[in-house]
Amino acid sequence: MVTPEDDRAESVSYPEPLPQAPKTLIIIPAYNEGKNIGAVLDGIQKHFPEIPILVINDGSSDNTETIAQQHNAEVISLPCNSGYGVALQTGFLYAVKNNYSLVVQMDSDGQHDPANIAVLLEEAQKDDCDVVIGSRFIGKAHYKTSFARHAGMLLFGTIASIICRQKVTDPTSGFQVLKSRAIELIASDEYPPDYPDADFIILMNRNGFKIKEVSVTMHASPDKESMHHGHKTVYYVFKMFLSIFVTLLRKSPKR
Amino acid sequence: MPPRIQIISILICVFLVAYVFELVRRRHLSEEYSMGWLVTGTSMLILSVSDRALELVSELVGATLFTSTLFFFGLLFLMVICLHFSIRISALTKQVRTLTQHVGILDHEKRNLEKKMHQAPWQTSDSSLEQI
Repeated sequence: MVTPEDDRAESVSYPEPLPQAPKTLIIIPAYNEGKNIGAVLDGIQKHFPEIPILVINDGSSDNTETIAQQHNAEVISLPCNSGYGVALQTGFLYAVKNNYSLVVQMDSDGQHDPANIAVLLEEAQKDDCDVVIGSRFIGKAHYKTSFARHAGMLLFGTIASIICRQKVTDPTSGFQVLKSRAIELIASDEYPPDYPDADFIILMNRNGFKIKEVSVTMHASPDKESMHHGHKTVYYVFKMFLSIFVTLLRKSPKR
Repeated sequence: MPPRIQIISILICVFLVAYVFELVRRRHLSEEYSMGWLVTGTSMLILSVSDRALELVSELVGATLFTSTLFFFGLLFLMVICLHFSIRISALTKQVRTLTQHVGILDHEKRNLEKKMHQAPWQTSDSSLEQI
């Protein structure tokens, strides 16, 4: 799938060497992704051979761990399946422990185009933001989802947009670049552990973080639709409303 | 209160309190969790034994039937105990989550260290390292 987006991404993926390149890490939470993760890692290493990749194997029952190790990625294996958010947070704990100042967060199912990392990183290098989110819904990017999912994203995206006074088109995106302050926030206790969503965007906003959205191309995942697929819709909607509500009730540390 | 329900109620409460003590004695139940059950058991026992106390409490909550006072308080105590459990489960879940993450990271670091040890130039053989 080649779009004009891809061409632009190719051209910026080889920038002039920065005077002091920030210590960068790519975090990929994976659960039973043995079929897809090899291609994902290959794709990233083709574009960015110098950035270390950390795969968090969330208690997979298949060969995810072996395949990731064969592709020269660092692998952290959790002893039992603990969910997307917990796996993701593990990666950020590792990043804090090892003083990484820039983290790229990606999905393991091949949805995200590795070429887009350059676009996100370039945006993150600018001083005026803490988080760059790869959005499926701005610009030329077209991404088809089921009606229910789209309605949910639209609803919570709108709520987040109103609370943050800023347009948030894709709060569920698992394709993000985060800088040091945001990395520490995710590694802290305040992070909503189930899965990151509109409530986390609101939390970041209340901490005074600057959020930016950048258009990215997304491939439909070959196997499953998304991380949220297994969640029951009613529980999801209820949980999001509750989470947003209590996030707003809590005192914001600094504003 | 009809004598039959009074006797049944007393028997159940006595059994509950005795059983909770026995569980704590055998260390099958921790002191922390036995508290709720003991308070529930003894309060219900007092209400069942003493007609005067039951009358007083029924007056207080405005119950017309004495048995409903018993049910009301039984249910209330159970709700408190359940809420206590939910709080504890949430705390435990959080602890398990933190442990899982740290076990994963530590395991990763351990494997990396092992790899480094095997590459170290001063290392002569595996057996000499094992002796250290």
